[in-house]
Amino acid sequence: MMATTPQTERIIGSDGFQLHPADEAAMRAEAHHYEQPQAASIEALKIVQRRHGWVPDEAIAAIARVLGIGPGEVEGVATFYSLIFRQPVGRHVVLVCDSSSCFLTGFDELKQALVRELGIDYGETTTDNRFTLLPVCCLGACDGAPALMIDDDTYGPVAADDLPGLLEAYP
Amino acid sequence: MSQSIASQRQSVRYRSRLLQPESERSADTHPLTWRLRDDGEVVWLAEYLRKEGYDSVSKALGNGDPKAIIATLKEANVRGRGGAGFSAGLKWSLTLQGGDMPRGYIICNADEMEPGTFKDRLLMEQQPHLLIEGMILAAYANNSRYGYIFLRGEYLESARVLNRALEEAREAGWLGPDINGSGFDFDIAVHTGAGRYICGEETALINSLEGKRANPRTKPPFPGQSGAWGKPSVVNNVETLCNVPAVILNGADWYQALSGGRTDDGGSKLYGVSGPVEKPGLWELPMGITGREILERAGGMRGNRQLKAWLPGGASTGFLLPEHLDLPLDFDTVGKEGSRLGTGLLTVVPQDKSMVAVMRNLEEFFARESCGWCTPCRDGLPWTVKLLQALELGQGEAGDIELLDKLAADCGPGQTFCAHAPGAAMPLQTALKHFRHEFEQGVTARSKAAEV
Repeated sequence: MMATTPQTERIIGSDGFQLHPADEAAMRAEAHHYEQPQAASIEALKIVQRRHGWVPDEAIAAIARVLGIGPGEVEGVATFYSLIFRQPVGRHVVLVCDSSSCFLTGFDELKQALVRELGIDYGETTTDNRFTLLPVCCLGACDGAPALMIDDDTYGPVAADDLPGLLEAYP
Repeated sequence: MSQSIASQRQSVRYRSRLLQPESERSADTHPLTWRLRDDGEVVWLAEYLRKEGYDSVSKALGNGDPKAIIATLKEANVRGRGGAGFSAGLKWSLTLQGGDMPRGYIICNADEMEPGTFKDRLLMEQQPHLLIEGMILAAYANNSRYGYIFLRGEYLESARVLNRALEEAREAGWLGPDINGSGFDFDIAVHTGAGRYICGEETALINSLEGKRANPRTKPPFPGQSGAWGKPSVVNNVETLCNVPAVILNGADWYQALSGGRTDDGGSKLYGVSGPVEKPGLWELPMGITGREILERAGGMRGNRQLKAWLPGGASTGFLLPEHLDLPLDFDTVGKEGSRLGTGLLTVVPQDKSMVAVMRNLEEFFARESCGWCTPCRDGLPWTVKLLQALELGQGEAGDIELLDKLAADCGPGQTFCAHAPGAAMPLQTALKHFRHEFEQGVTARSKAAEV
């Protein structure tokens, strides 16, 4: 936990969310790329998510304050984009592509193997908080279908047999 | 991490690649890819400059005639490679500029999310400077003050490569104030998204860039009149912008001749194929190549499977049949067959796959990715999914197929703000046309009897 400054003290929420000063600075720097600071709202949500794993309610108000816009505008964006998580997720997020090329080359088998291996379905997190499983729209890796992402890494083609070894790399 | 896990991870790590060796590619015939390396490593600035890099910028900015760029582009008839096929030169000629008009923006649509499409990723990950070069020309022609590369959030490797290349270009004076001594100022930032297919629609993309929900805007005004923050804005796909430098360097006639008389459209195109083929991949080929030639390059269907149907350019294009394999794949020819060229990356459906299941998968995608702005799309697509799910399980009711016809018609062009719903309707309408019997088999016998 970093030191609490008077500035951040005002935006500490009930669950103890604090906007890290470095994150606030990153948001302000990001806002300079645009005519209006609102344009940095998606990046601001991603900045919070990179540190916290997800975006708690209190972060919405904090971002709104930094960018000088209404919390409703930030919330509207936070609930629209699929890669912004408004609930806690596991330490690693598995995004499995279910679009046409993957569907035609073994997505069903891969999905079943993931469910079996992880013991969870879409939108769920393993009890040890290690993995969250989500579907994702075409990853643009169709010549490597079926494809999936684990955190920042894209894999494909992935066979069911590859999964245990792959998942092991994400403790 | 143990050695074995590390090597296993590497072996299944996805890498974008072109299935054409350097020996097959030349500057004269492969303007998009001739600089790419066989080892797949990034062509950074030093190597790019050795390979005619930024020559078009020196030429165009040296001439000092931005309108000449637009004229050349129009004459070459460079058509939008994002899927719509709209003339890039015409689009640029409609951008408001001059007089009291403030300088606007050039926005690169790098939100590649059309199912079955994996071409822009290659250009960005292995040859970032060609895109930057194209954007400088676009900015000069349209008097844009700043550029954004709107990149989908999942393309982390593209972001890393582009940001480093932008830094290289800035340091070398190809971006920033007074580019190459021309007096022209321009710079570019990478803007990364956070998911949602709809961001690829150009007006939704502008809303998203402004930090709003990615709902489409009504047109007119078109982005060229009033786009990002109300300023004239040009939105072009990655591949479209990558075509511009060679056109400016070599001229409209050279570009037209690239297609070798196969079609009225000029240029080359990144074509590809995915699905159950032996070697799914990507090639730079003359515009107007046939589906058969692409399929042959991919080694044909995987195993002994037979081709049943194919999408010529992504999920939002219409199904074609094996009998269409000898048509030149250009915008107008494919359009006449009730489909669209789209992104030019084929998806093949094998004979043993149920078209009802394929359609269910496609419509699940469109329903999930609808932004919810227009009723036919928001409500019609989930309804379509429900009907298809029932038909797939053999639990359809009499009248379901006619209802699918109606829902598809209600999602057609002109019923909604953007092309998302029409994109969902086109594969469904063509599947119902070519494979109606498969859908009919999903209606229960009881229901059929009751109808009689």
